[in-house]
Amino acid sequence: MTGSTDSLHALGESVRAFLYHEARLLDTHCFEDWLALFADDAHYWVPLEQGQADPLNTSSIIYDDRTLLELRVRQITHPRAHARRPLARTVHQVSNVQILEHTDTATWVASALVLLEYRLEQQRTWAALVEHRLRQHQGHWQIADKRVDLINSEAELPGIAFLL
Amino acid sequence: MAFAEAASAACLRRSTFVAASQMLQHDMQGLRSLVRPDRVHHSVYSDPALFELELDRIFGRAWLLLGHSSQVARPGDFVTTRMGRLPVIVSRDASGSVRVLINRCTHRGALVCHEASGHSRHFVCPYHGWGFELDGRLTGVPVPQGYGAEPQRSFAELGLRAVPRVDLYRGFIFASLASSGPGLADFLGPLASSFDDLVDRAPDGEVEVAGGVFKHTYEGNWKLVLENHLDGVHPNHVHISSVHVARDAPDPGQPEKYSDISIRQMRQNGAPQPVWEAIGMWTSDWGHGYMGDYHSDGRLVVGLNNPVFADYRQRLEQRVGADEAQRILGVTRWNTIVYPNVSFMSQFRQLRIVHPLAVNRTVVYTYNLRLKGAPEQMFRDTVAFSNVVNGTASWVLTDDLEVYGRVQQGLSAAQPEWVNLSRGVGTDVPDGELLRGGTGTSEIFIRRQFDAWLRYMCAESAEDMA
Repeated sequence: MTGSTDSLHALGESVRAFLYHEARLLDTHCFEDWLALFADDAHYWVPLEQGQADPLNTSSIIYDDRTLLELRVRQITHPRAHARRPLARTVHQVSNVQILEHTDTATWVASALVLLEYRLEQQRTWAALVEHRLRQHQGHWQIADKRVDLINSEAELPGIAFLL
Repeated sequence: MAFAEAASAACLRRSTFVAASQMLQHDMQGLRSLVRPDRVHHSVYSDPALFELELDRIFGRAWLLLGHSSQVARPGDFVTTRMGRLPVIVSRDASGSVRVLINRCTHRGALVCHEASGHSRHFVCPYHGWGFELDGRLTGVPVPQGYGAEPQRSFAELGLRAVPRVDLYRGFIFASLASSGPGLADFLGPLASSFDDLVDRAPDGEVEVAGGVFKHTYEGNWKLVLENHLDGVHPNHVHISSVHVARDAPDPGQPEKYSDISIRQMRQNGAPQPVWEAIGMWTSDWGHGYMGDYHSDGRLVVGLNNPVFADYRQRLEQRVGADEAQRILGVTRWNTIVYPNVSFMSQFRQLRIVHPLAVNRTVVYTYNLRLKGAPEQMFRDTVAFSNVVNGTASWVLTDDLEVYGRVQQGLSAAQPEWVNLSRGVGTDVPDGELLRGGTGTSEIFIRRQFDAWLRYMCAESAEDMA
């Protein structure tokens, strides 16, 4: 890392505020705004296997490039997207925010996610370790890549019809 | 008086089916009354007693596909799975044979292996340390004295219980919990050709399991997924949202992008009704069936202008010759069901194994298959396809799972009693050893599944099924 203690502190506050902002967009169903946080070359990845290194030769719970992510967001609001009508309500509880690496071109951020999902009389709990690669773009943070490692990614799971 | 009579008749009718759940085990007439030529009684999806009988008579007798030999390639390799609710270990022993053992210590009953897969020289029970060889023999008992007068003799009989019948077809491992009944070749019958269709496509003549396993659960009966995978009417309704957004997406072009295969697949689910009617639907004895392919864009079928496919075709021709490659690639099948626990396809190399957990709860394991010797990009296509179609957060699969849950909720209600399976009744056409539906969207495949259901369920023993 580079920079003084003060600027590191400011960086940490800025990153934390951005992750909280992202979580709130998801929890308030502002999906188009959430999508706009992602860079054009970004990938949104929820690996299937613990420690998965390769998204191309091993399946993933989600591995979306920007094109697929846009379609995924659009499908969420389709009136006949059966698993999403009604749409799950969620609370993304983000904590343990830690800057892993900071360079002139990107900032790698780790965080912990505890997520509550409620839909049709059922409430579920999910948990994940999350990594963001962030970039500064026109004075704002932009998501260059997001990886969400569910702690139960290899378990027998119900369908996941919400965004992590 | 009339009211009392009607009430009494209704009461009698209801009690017939309430009693059915307790008496059916010994009541063939009762079982037969649940399946009609164009309908089935809702209780076959919702009655816990019938479910227990299914575990015993269907999953306890049928050949079940457990996996593929590539998952236990070397001596010492093992995977654990289930036959019905019975936990089993599939391993390759020191002599190179595939073994299927019941995963339960013969001492006090603990699972001797709780890992999904691995490599080991033996299995050691965590409770009292009994050790079993890969072939099941009990060879290590700490503190052996005290287990009766002739412990060595009793230990010789206390190996892990072997599943009575194990057989392979083109590398796929099947096992049956019944010591008698039809052999695997008779069981598969003409549907063995779907495995040929899959394996013949590999330039090196073999497929292998690779690239992770999806395990998705749904709140519904195990039969629902088998009744969905050959259903050509549902995509334009269940999957309409993904069809619509894919239509609005940029057109796939050359070179292909990662997202293209997903966009093509989702668009194809919105194929117009005449396409679905024309693709063909074939069924065989024991409840098996397959549907023709509905991919008119030629993504991975003959005639494609794709450099990866051209490379692949060349590799296949090098092994089998141009004529045979033409024949192999000319087979256009989509999903094949091998009743009661398998759905697979050659076009994108997906294998799905169905595990019943309870009358209203099922888990499906989905595997990718790699065509050995094919270009690496073809396996990446398989993975990209599986993410979007079979993935736990897929926009396609999640809508299927949602609908299974809604069907189960509906069928758990006592009224109306019957489930309608009449589409295409009376239009079936004999086709060699197969019976073909009048159209590609005939519900013939479900009716044939219930023919097999009765055959299993009404037989007192496995020998009686013939």
